[in-house]
Amino acid sequence: MTDQLSIAGTPLKSRLFVGTARYPNQQVMLDALEASGCELVTVSIRRISLEGYSGSLVDLLGGYRLLPNTAGCVTARDAILTAELAREALETNWVKLELIGDRELLYPDVEQLVHAADELVRKGFVVLPYCNEDPVACQKLADIGCAAVMPLGSLIGSGRGIANPAAIELICSRSPVPVVLDAGIGTASDAAQAMELGCDAVLVDTAIAKSHDPVRMAAAMRAGVEAGRLARLAGRIPKQHFAEPSSPQLGLVGS
Amino acid sequence: MTRLKVNGVEEEIAVATVADLLAERGIDPKARFLAVALNGAVVRRAEWPATALAAGDTIEIVRPLQGG
Repeated sequence: MTDQLSIAGTPLKSRLFVGTARYPNQQVMLDALEASGCELVTVSIRRISLEGYSGSLVDLLGGYRLLPNTAGCVTARDAILTAELAREALETNWVKLELIGDRELLYPDVEQLVHAADELVRKGFVVLPYCNEDPVACQKLADIGCAAVMPLGSLIGSGRGIANPAAIELICSRSPVPVVLDAGIGTASDAAQAMELGCDAVLVDTAIAKSHDPVRMAAAMRAGVEAGRLARLAGRIPKQHFAEPSSPQLGLVGS
Repeated sequence: MTRLKVNGVEEEIAVATVADLLAERGIDPKARFLAVALNGAVVRRAEWPATALAAGDTIEIVRPLQGG
């Protein structure tokens, strides 16, 4: 019985996507990625420092599938150009589309996001948009051809977990494309919760990179995603407002 | 000398093509995982030597970096 995740027709061996930022050092990053069992890792696209070009993060990430992001972009034009530069630099047409409407909150600018996603889809990109936890926005993004939707759990880097589980559950129940919970995961139980709500995958960066032991946390996230997915597939019991004894009622001593 | 804006910085540089600019920056033309945009449009690697630069041009030279 296979339960493989597939995005844009591409099978992925892990439902945990991991970011490459904010680790204490590169070795810890590599060890954490390995412990996570992930296949998809995100990278950003930035100007080279003008002293010259040396070394490459990408050389270290040979075994992984790279997902470049448009992190920090505030206009559709900048995000589209960043995506095109990413495609040129990495020879992938996959892009995590991030369009920020507020530099303090890092909340998506949905209007610009939908516009940029539409144009990138037309240009042949496989678009995975970081978006707000709004079923309408997610439906629009799916309708214009995004390969997945990536609603936030809570503010990027905040570690506050899933602020609006009901919304995430609604999005998952209606989405015609895979749902990847992206942003705000703080610990393994948040990742498990995302999967139990019906998400197809989760994307984690800060919760692993800034934990006390990133390698161990990466392993915890791996277990959390697997546990949450298994629980989802197993079909949980409903929540009840009354008690229901689990032991038999008959044959009680002293009855 | 041509007045160009490279990665957000305006300067006068004596370069004629995109390839010249990369060489002037000490960038190995065979280096992988690099991308260049001229005035908002990507210039593919094969076109670097043939793409001329003019005064007022804006160039972005980027590479992948850590990100979430």
